[in-house]
Amino acid sequence: MTTLSELAQVVRSKNTSPFTYSLDIMFREKADYLRFKSLQLVNASLVARLYGVPESRVLDVIYFDPALAIKICLPREISSGAPGDRDVYGAQQHAPLLLWEFELPDAPGGGQSRNSPLPTP
Amino acid sequence: MQNLPEKQPVTISVLPFEVNSGQCRITAGRGIILMAAFTVLSPTAILGYGFPEDSFQRGLECAPDLIAVDAGSTDPGPYYLGSGKSFTDRHAVRRDLALLLQAAVSGDIPLVIGSAGGAGARPHLEWTLAIVRELARELQLSFRLGIISADVPRERALAGLRQGRVSALTGVPPLDEASLADSTALVAQMGVEPIQQALSLGCQVVVAGRAYDPAVFAALPMMRGFDPGLALHLGKILECAAIAASPGSGADCALGILEQDRFILRPLSAERCFTPTSVAAHTLYEKSNPYLLPGPGGDLDLRGVSFESAGEGQVAVRGSRFIPADRYCVKLEGARRVGCRSISIAGVRDPVMIGSMDTILQQVRERVRAMLPAADSDRGLSFHVYGRDGVMGAGEPRRGHPAHELGIVIDAVCPTPEAADTLCSLTRSTLLHFGYQGRIATAGNLAFPFSPSDLRAGEVYEFSVYHLLEADPLELFPVTVEELQA
Repeated sequence: MTTLSELAQVVRSKNTSPFTYSLDIMFREKADYLRFKSLQLVNASLVARLYGVPESRVLDVIYFDPALAIKICLPREISSGAPGDRDVYGAQQHAPLLLWEFELPDAPGGGQSRNSPLPTP
Repeated sequence: MQNLPEKQPVTISVLPFEVNSGQCRITAGRGIILMAAFTVLSPTAILGYGFPEDSFQRGLECAPDLIAVDAGSTDPGPYYLGSGKSFTDRHAVRRDLALLLQAAVSGDIPLVIGSAGGAGARPHLEWTLAIVRELARELQLSFRLGIISADVPRERALAGLRQGRVSALTGVPPLDEASLADSTALVAQMGVEPIQQALSLGCQVVVAGRAYDPAVFAALPMMRGFDPGLALHLGKILECAAIAASPGSGADCALGILEQDRFILRPLSAERCFTPTSVAAHTLYEKSNPYLLPGPGGDLDLRGVSFESAGEGQVAVRGSRFIPADRYCVKLEGARRVGCRSISIAGVRDPVMIGSMDTILQQVRERVRAMLPAADSDRGLSFHVYGRDGVMGAGEPRRGHPAHELGIVIDAVCPTPEAADTLCSLTRSTLLHFGYQGRIATAGNLAFPFSPSDLRAGEVYEFSVYHLLEADPLELFPVTVEELQA
């Protein structure tokens, strides 16, 4: 099994407004990013499962080629700084992404695109 | 325009502005000498975050056509907008402003400051202006000061709401009249137009209330005929100063050089450089959609953008486009007061108690509710349990695996400070001596780090308005001019 911390140089969260926040995943290697993108490994259904929300609450999952990045947008349950809020800047909501364990499928066209073969379960 | 050779002045016709600052001269609105390049110096990510003087000096040596700085953000939450307080420190802002004003006035460089005082409402604007006037006096500086207010009269927003000219942004409930009436502060984010108006009145220094962050950087180059898409995208990056560099810093200067068909980002300290990756990564930061960034009057379209190295730690950016909207909209931001807060902080180390924390807190809440005068008096009570789910609440995936010690913040928000004290105090004493099932440590359940154990945390606000309002670009942002004489 693999985790995002092995493939990504950045995994973070931050408010995009007082009512929404965003999760960013930026890959180190273009090949990894492209594999994720072509297979849509990060999608609304996965985010819903990791964050314990209905899929309809996931506002967007966007693949952004120039930064080898995936951006996920979610609504906040409580607006920033209102009573009951727990993270005014929305800067510590990314941990479930780091806990996600997955099997990295072979690159499209067969064979591993990475130099070092990944452990297989 | 893209095919014009660099460094050759170009004359284009009729822009509706009269400019007399900087290197550019318009003659009676007949035409403008378009510069081949326009250099913008961004000293720091937020006025008051500081910057190294040698970086700033290096920036000045590049002969900037503009010094611009963003002073605000909604990041620190609704308290600052609602209460009229700044989230930056007065001494720190004064230090930054002293350097900026001296450089701008002595070098005849326009200086534009946006979202003054953090939230950019009238009290924040006045707070900043008091520092500017004080410094002008002390440093013997004479200049024309442009002041742009961003407060929206309630009746103006109400009229817009009744005319169906208000729309909710993503994740925000529709606006209602009560939310407008309750708001203690209501501002709109200005676009480039009011800043251009102040600059066209010959203001050397412009202090603006709440502004779209890139507008303070883009207003002047757009007046000079530079592409709005490139100018706004440059502003979008420079508003964070060197945060887009590697290593990033919000307390260091950065330089932007705008040309006809691209802009270049240049670092101003040897320890950092811009890379295509660092700039592309920054494009994602705090945005819902990295391809389409909405702003006053239109969207910044980054679908065709490219980032490439330009040597010496510089990055060249091309392909950013501005798409004007059918209807000009500004973003409204409002905050309302919801009460006062008292808190108590305590630790729990007892493994038996930690094992049944959910039940204990629920039973304590019920016991406190029974002692309070009104049935819903505990509505403002929250427990933040660090070590269990203090950061993510119910969404915490490892909630069932609490740490060996927990930090509990009892958080009481009530209409009055006295009621908040009562709710906090009753909850703290009840939890301290609560006889939970299986308890063997019968002397006390909480480890308090402080005496007194309870603290007043001041007024509590929430964002009440975060909506778009159709408006004329200039109508909500009156410009006033003040001559400061040494």
